[in-house]
Parts: sequence; C-alpha cells; structure tokens
Amino acid sequence: MPFIANTDGQREQMLREIGLTAQDLFGDIPPSLRCGELDVPRGMSEQDTRRHMAALAGRNASHLMSFLGAGFYDHFIPAAVDAIVSRSEFYTAYTPYQPEVSQGTLQAAYEYQSAICRLTGMEVANASLYDGGTAIYEAIMMAMRTTGRNRVVMDDGVNPIYRKMIRSYTSNLGIELAETPLRHGRADRSRMAEHLKADTAAVVVQNPNFFGCIDDFTDLAGLAHARGALVIVSCYPISLGLLKTPGAMGADIATGEGQSLGMSVSFGGPYLGFLATRRGLVRKMPGRIVGRTVDENGREGFVLTLQAREQHIRRHKATSNICTNEALCALTSLVYLSLVGKQGLCEVAQVCADKSWYAQKRLVEIPGVALRYPNNWYFNEFTLELPERADVVIRRLLEKGIAAGFPLSRYYPSMEKSLLVAVTEKRTKEEIDFFIHALEVSL
Amino acid sequence: MVPKDLRFTKTHEWAKVEETSNLVVVGISDFAAGQLGDIVYVELPEAGQTVALEDAFGVIESVKAAVELYSPVSGEVVEVNQAVADDLDLVSKDPYGGAWMIKVRADDSGALDGLMTAADYEAYVKSAECEQE
Amino acid sequence: MTVIFEKSVAGRRGARPPECDVPDRAEVASRLLRDRPAELPELSEADVVRHFTALSRKNFGVDSGFYPLGSCTMKYNPKATEQIARLAGFCELHPLLPQLPGGDVMVQGALEVLFEMNRLLCEICGMSAFTTQPLAGAHGELTGVMIMAAYHKHKKNRKTRILIPDTAHGTNPASAAIAGYQVQTLPSDETGLMNLRTLAAAMDDEVAGVMLTCPNTLGLFNPDIARICRMVHEADGLMYCDGANLNALLGVCRPGDIGFDIIHVNLHKTFATPHGGGGPGAGPVGVCERLVDYLPASVVRKNPDGSYRLDYDLAHSIGYVAPFYGNFGVILKAYAYLLMLGGEGLRRVAENAVLNANYVREKLKGHYDLPYPQPCKHECVFSASAQAAAGVRAIDIAKALIDRGFHPPTMYFPTTVPEALMIEPTETESKETLDAFIAAMIEIAELARTDPQQITGCPRTTPVGRLDETRAARKPDLASL
Repeated sequence: MPFIANTDGQREQMLREIGLTAQDLFGDIPPSLRCGELDVPRGMSEQDTRRHMAALAGRNASHLMSFLGAGFYDHFIPAAVDAIVSRSEFYTAYTPYQPEVSQGTLQAAYEYQSAICRLTGMEVANASLYDGGTAIYEAIMMAMRTTGRNRVVMDDGVNPIYRKMIRSYTSNLGIELAETPLRHGRADRSRMAEHLKADTAAVVVQNPNFFGCIDDFTDLAGLAHARGALVIVSCYPISLGLLKTPGAMGADIATGEGQSLGMSVSFGGPYLGFLATRRGLVRKMPGRIVGRTVDENGREGFVLTLQAREQHIRRHKATSNICTNEALCALTSLVYLSLVGKQGLCEVAQVCADKSWYAQKRLVEIPGVALRYPNNWYFNEFTLELPERADVVIRRLLEKGIAAGFPLSRYYPSMEKSLLVAVTEKRTKEEIDFFIHALEVSL
Repeated sequence: MVPKDLRFTKTHEWAKVEETSNLVVVGISDFAAGQLGDIVYVELPEAGQTVALEDAFGVIESVKAAVELYSPVSGEVVEVNQAVADDLDLVSKDPYGGAWMIKVRADDSGALDGLMTAADYEAYVKSAECEQE
Repeated sequence: MTVIFEKSVAGRRGARPPECDVPDRAEVASRLLRDRPAELPELSEADVVRHFTALSRKNFGVDSGFYPLGSCTMKYNPKATEQIARLAGFCELHPLLPQLPGGDVMVQGALEVLFEMNRLLCEICGMSAFTTQPLAGAHGELTGVMIMAAYHKHKKNRKTRILIPDTAHGTNPASAAIAGYQVQTLPSDETGLMNLRTLAAAMDDEVAGVMLTCPNTLGLFNPDIARICRMVHEADGLMYCDGANLNALLGVCRPGDIGFDIIHVNLHKTFATPHGGGGPGAGPVGVCERLVDYLPASVVRKNPDGSYRLDYDLAHSIGYVAPFYGNFGVILKAYAYLLMLGGEGLRRVAENAVLNANYVREKLKGHYDLPYPQPCKHECVFSASAQAAAGVRAIDIAKALIDRGFHPPTMYFPTTVPEALMIEPTETESKETLDAFIAAMIEIAELARTDPQQITGCPRTTPVGRLDETRAARKPDLASL
C-alpha cells in the first residue's frame, strides 16, 4: 500500500491491543453520511505517474524565446539555489514553533528580513507574504490601521493584476479606492494630490511601473506625509541592484514580488510577497517576524516574535489572517541574493538594463514602431506602440517561437497597439536580434 | 492584597480618584498582570485624547497574549505614565502604585460608583464568571 | 551562530553573472539610481553552500523523524512529486501565456492539471466546483468568506455575523473579521463539540454563516453535524468547513454530503506536499452548486473537443484573489500524489490515520489526562494538567521529547484544554515509530512524578536551549543592518 507503513497484520494487532474494531474507529459518523466508492482512478506506480506528468509537461510551451514579463520575470537561477532549498531539513519542516529544533529556518528568516531591508532601504521586514499582490493589500490594511482612515489612492501604473486583487479584497470593507490615470507614462502628481484628502490612509505606487517607466516618488512622499497619509511603494527587487530604493524616497512601506530572486515563473506560483517598513510601524505589520535573542546560557538564537499581533493569539483582532506563508521561497531569495552578492546584483541589474536598452533602441528604428511613453527612463521593460494591433502581432510571432511581450489591451482596452516588452539577462544578443528581425518582417 | 480604596472593572482595570487633583487614576490589577506573565509592550493614548466608558484606550501584550485596556470612565486623558513603557516589569512589581497607566478628567463626578469594590473584585476573580470574561 | 552578513569579505564573489553581449550601456538619470549598492553578502559559492548546509542541520523535518504536530498533518512527502514539480515544462511556463491571443493552446498540459485537480477535489469533498487559486489555508478561508459575502449581497440578505466555536484555529475568526464580518464565539459543550442548543440560541437572520472544522480541533466528529447544517440553512446561513482535518475523512465521508456549502483543503496537509518551514502551501476552495457563480476568476473549463481554456467572463465572481491560478508548483505535487494514491488509497489514508491516533490515545490515556475519552479521528488531545500541578508543564514535556528524537506535538491548542498536547501521528507512520514515541511519553510522565527537574531542564541536545522570548519581544532585533 503506497505511503502507509503498517501491514495488515500490524493493523489487526494494533486494533486488538486497544480493544477496538475497524468499525469502531468511524462509529461516530452516521451511516447516512458515509460515502460509497468515489470516482477516482486507481493508483499508479511512480514510473507511470512520472511518465504521465512528463507528457503533460510536454504539452506546455515552456521553451519559447520569451520577452514576456509584466511583473513576472525569467531570470537565471544559479544551481546552488536549488541544491540548498532541496535539503529536506528545510523543506519538510513546519512553521518554527519549537525554536530549539528550528534554528535553521529561523536564522534564515532573520537573514531574509535583513536582506530585504538592505535591498529596499527599510528598517524592518516580515518573514514573507504570499505574493506581490497580497503584499500590497496587506500594506493597505496596515496603513488603514495605522492612520485610522479608509481612503486609498492608487496609481494606474501599479500592476493591473494586483489592482484587480485589491478591488476584490476591499469591495466589502467600505474602503474608498481612487485609481488615478498616468500622465506621460508616470504617476500624475496633480491628480493624486486632488485625491489626497484628510481621510486618505495611503498612496500606492509601483517602481518601475507596469509600463516599465522608472520614477522617483520622493516628491509624492512629501505630499502624502504632509496630509498624514502613508506611502506604499511596490518594487521589482532585481531593479534595486541599480535603482533608488523605496526607503530613500521616503516610503513608509515597501512591498514587492520576490519571484525574480531565484524562483522560476512556474505558471504562477509559488511566489514570494515581501513587505518592509519603518521601525515605528513594526507592531502594525502582518505576518511572521523572527527576532534575535539569547538562550538561558547567553547563546544567541532566533525565535518567532511580536506574535501578539497574529491570529493564533489575537484571533479576530489580528493584524492579518495569514498563517502559512512562503517560507521556503523566502529562503530561496536569500540564497539567491547571497550567491550573486553585493556586486553581482548590481551587475545582473545592469546587464538586464543594457540588453533592454539595446533592444529598445533597435526596435524603435523599425518603421512605424515607437515608444508609447517617450521621455522616460526604463529598466528592463518598455512599452512599444506598434502600427497595428499588438495581439495580432503577438500571434504571428508565437508561430515563430517568440513570446513578443504582453498586449496591454488585456487590461487597458484603449491600448490596442501597445506591446509591453521585457528583456532579462537570459536573452542573448542573438536572440534579441532574431526577435527584432522577426518583428520587422511581420509588420 | 487588593488596596481597599480602589474600584474595579470586570475587565480587571482599577480606578481611584486622586485627592490632590480630583483626576481618575487607572491601572490594571495584580491578578491581570499575573495572568499575562512577562509584559513585553504597552500602548497607551496621548494626553489630550478623550476616552469613553468601556472603550479600549490601550493595549498590553505579553509573549503569548494581548489584551485591550478598557476605560472605567469617560473623560479626557490628562496624563500618561511614561514610566510603565520604560520599565515594563513595573506592571507586575507595583500594579497599584508606580504602574498606573493614565489619569483622566472624568466627565461625571460619580463616575466610579458603578464599579466593583475591592471586596467584590476579590470575590469576582475567584468566581467562574471571571474566567469567561 | 554568525549571521551570513557577518561572514562577508569585501571583494569576494560567488555566482558569476552572465556577460553583457550587447554593445550598448543603458542610460538612466542618476537621480533615479541608488547611491550605493545594497550591502548583500560577499561570499564564494562554497561559503554560501556551507552556511546554509550548517543551518539546515539545525532543523528538524519530517525526513528527520516523527513529527506528530497536531492539526498540521505532517505526513511523509513523497520524493517523486518533488521531481515532477521541477519538470521544465511546468516550472519554466510563464503564467501570462494563456492571456496572450491563442495562448490557451500553449498551456494545455498545465490546464489539464488544474482541471483534473479540481475534479478530483470535487469528488473527494462532495462539492460542485473548486478553485485552486488560494495560496494557503487561511487564504482559502478568506476566499470562502468572500464567496459567502457575495452570495448574501446578491440575495440582498442583511448578514452581519459569523459564528465560530471556541476550539477553532485563530485563522477562522481572523479571516471572518478581515472580510468584514463580526465574529461570535460559541463555547463548546462538555463533550468538546458544538451544541445544538448553544447554536440555536445564537442563530438569527443576521448570521451569515458558521465556520466549523470537521472533525474539530479536538479530533472529534460531531454526530449532530447534519442537523447543525440544516439549522444554519434554515436562516439562509452558509456552512463553512475548515478542511484542515480532512485527512480523517478521505474516502469515508464527504463534507458536501454532510451539508457544508464551502470548504478549503490544505494541500500541504492532506495531500502530502511539504510545508517548507512555513509555506508555500495551497488552500483550494470548493463550493456547492448555488455558490459556483461566485468563485474567483479565472475558471478552467473543458471544451467539447477535450481541450481546456480559462474563462474570465464571470458576471458574479468575487474577482481575483491570487495573481494567477494558485501555487501551481504545490498543486502539481498534490496532483501527482493523488495519482499515485488512487481511489483505493484514499480510504486507507483515513483508516490508518485514525487507527494510529487511537492507538496513541489508548496507550497514553493512563499516563496523561484525556479530557475527551471517546474514540478520536486523526488526532488526540491530552492535557498535561496533572503533570503541571507537579511543576512539569506541557512545554517541558515538549522539550523532553526533542531530547528523545521526536518533534513535539502541538502545545496549548486548542485553548479550551489546559496544558494541551495535541498529537497527530498521520498514516505514514509505522507501529514501531508509534511505540517508540509512546514509550518516550510514558518515560517522561514517570520522570515528571519522580524527578521533575530531569524534564524541566530539557532540551539538552539542541544547538540552543530555551530562548528568551520576553527579551526578543521587548527589544526587537529583527534585522542585521
């Protein structure tokens, strides 16, 4: 019998020893509630299961030459990342409720929190959230608790997938959500200022924004703070190898999707939400937090701390309902950041930016192709305006094995001809040239 | 021993009128402090804030628990005891003295009349009713 | 142990980033750049691997030994599923591909996994439809309560409260509250169950629903459960099943048949995916027929020609709860586990999980207080209150177990049991393992009587002793900066 150790003989012996029959074990479930045979196929051997799953995997187009990003990026993952996170002492453990036998998980979480702070320029971080979208939602809830206000201003440059999630989560909560349109590809300061009222809890922005444009929100932070609102900046962690940090801009909460730090795109998950803030807001933070302390002999060690915020103690008054988070993904990102290191992260970011810049310069030389938002700076993603519908062009290039990018009309119906193109360090010059040529001849 | 001049709430706050100032002084009982264990954090309001009877005015946390502090009176917070936040052990060492939390200018001079006497409170903490609170 | 940043040596390099093979250097205005690099470690690959290998050795996982952590279903995680989740055809698949024009055809294998997983979960739980999107159990709860709210809103019901028993996981009241409901806690009766009279007294037209764990966190199945469902339905309330304990019911009884309207299941508990030291998990949600329209977007559908597509055209959906289709890597492992387990294996899981729990319950009942003595389901809850009276608390027993090579049970939960020790052996454990654990528990109980300091001084075998949690919370040191 798969996955069951005891033999029939042992089961009989155990029942005998405890004086029960097999029927007694389920005697409390009324017969009327029992189910019959279920329509679930007979069990398969490991070999057959593997063959079946490999066949399913083979029906997925995972080997396209990809310029598709839109918040989820195909970066190179060093082999040592998987080697470490595949250690079963890490991946078969539970939440570290017993610190004496969980120092590995706990220290790694403390180091992860430290790495996220160093990366974002913030002072404290939690031990992970589900993904970049729920991280913004949690940040908004945190801002509302902190300010006692219930109005939120969000820039259209925040990933539209996240904005859809936030609309779902807040629809029953009496939260007033004002979404402001872009101006020349960036957050519209004057429109945001109009919406920044005395009852505004938070302003939410993203850097680089969904269209790839880089911004500096220092001025916006000043404006928001003058009106008592908090500033939430969602960011792309690889870009922080180069770009100004949320902390340096004066953000109160930095969030983001950590997938790019050593996790594959994996058809949507598991991913990693990170959330970091200022020290003064730590008790308003959601999620697990690990702290450094000492044992009875003065030896340093790590524990889950500030747990009075959490659901298992505060129940319906908790700062969040989160329990299981993405601990192994947080470990993955920590290992990735440790392997590429201080200089390496700058270089990865620089190579992404260089290749993207190269692609952008050549692409806009194609007749009829232009940047949708000129006069902006870009990191590794940019928005092209094509001479015809982007979805039609994408379909043609898919036939050549190229995922050309993301059609913005999917979330912004008026942008039919706009194509969002991402270039990571994995794309070679040869591939970029192939893409440029293929696009040119397809128009 | 519970000081005889204090009045108590079912949520374990104590209150008394300070003779010199006529302000209502508020803290938590020795019993409550003992139940919480080592206190790790106290959040108190700022002077000038108003509090309403039975509304939460602060939070007190231990490693494994968090409880709201409920105001025994309505009025304006005039003074907040910074010493508690600085030395959290005060709450268990001197709950009825040095660990007072806030002083309130009560809206109503007979504000404490509805609260339990020390004797009533001692009986209350031994009763089953208390466990359900 | 030194944190990784303290091991850093200026100028040392680990992984070598890819070369830049384009001639250009990107231009970005300097005001948009960070003024100095992030202070990440500067280490060789060997340094990094040794650091984390050393950390891993300070951990205890299911692969290290018996892990009877109640309510968490720490069953063995089959290795085959790990390998399957790493197949390039799955892990290198971009989640936005199906949103490209004609993109569904490029992800047929992945969509089949999602569709079939939903179908299997529907069959196992007796529900009409499932979504795989929720990213953990508590996220499933929130999704479920949002569905509840959407149903009531659509029916123009004025509902304000959700009823939750005092034995519930803390996530239940937290999820109900953040979805906008008031929470009313119902005390359990002397048998540890939700009582029909208590429920009747609490029910009125403003009750949106009741959240119950089935079997409950004491490991008990409520024989009145079908009547509870009927009472709640009469007030047009909905029954939410926290499926954390579904392992006890697999192939025996289906929450949907009982009368539950919504359920979340924890793939990282019941369906053998690893817990990862605290995630990633997955918390798919199933609903009954009348709630199908409220499921989150998107929904995987099967076309008449046998192909699959994602449907975003959903008028009453609660919208997006996750960016995509859930924690796909976790779903893959659970699906592969189900394929290997098979229909005949499901019932065997429940039978063996329940037998193992009852075996431990019977063997230990003379040594520890057993507040609810009836046969249990997948877990049993003891109280160390007798030992505590002599100065040995549940936490001391937990630490003594660590020194004997076992992960401790869940302690101090449910909170209705003083000095609770909640033991969930799971079906993957053998009689030999259980016997060794039982012997250790009995030895600890003996020592608690005869030589309590032997127990209160534990653990002695771990890299650190008991840590000062008060200090950690008073003066939080949360990051090395």
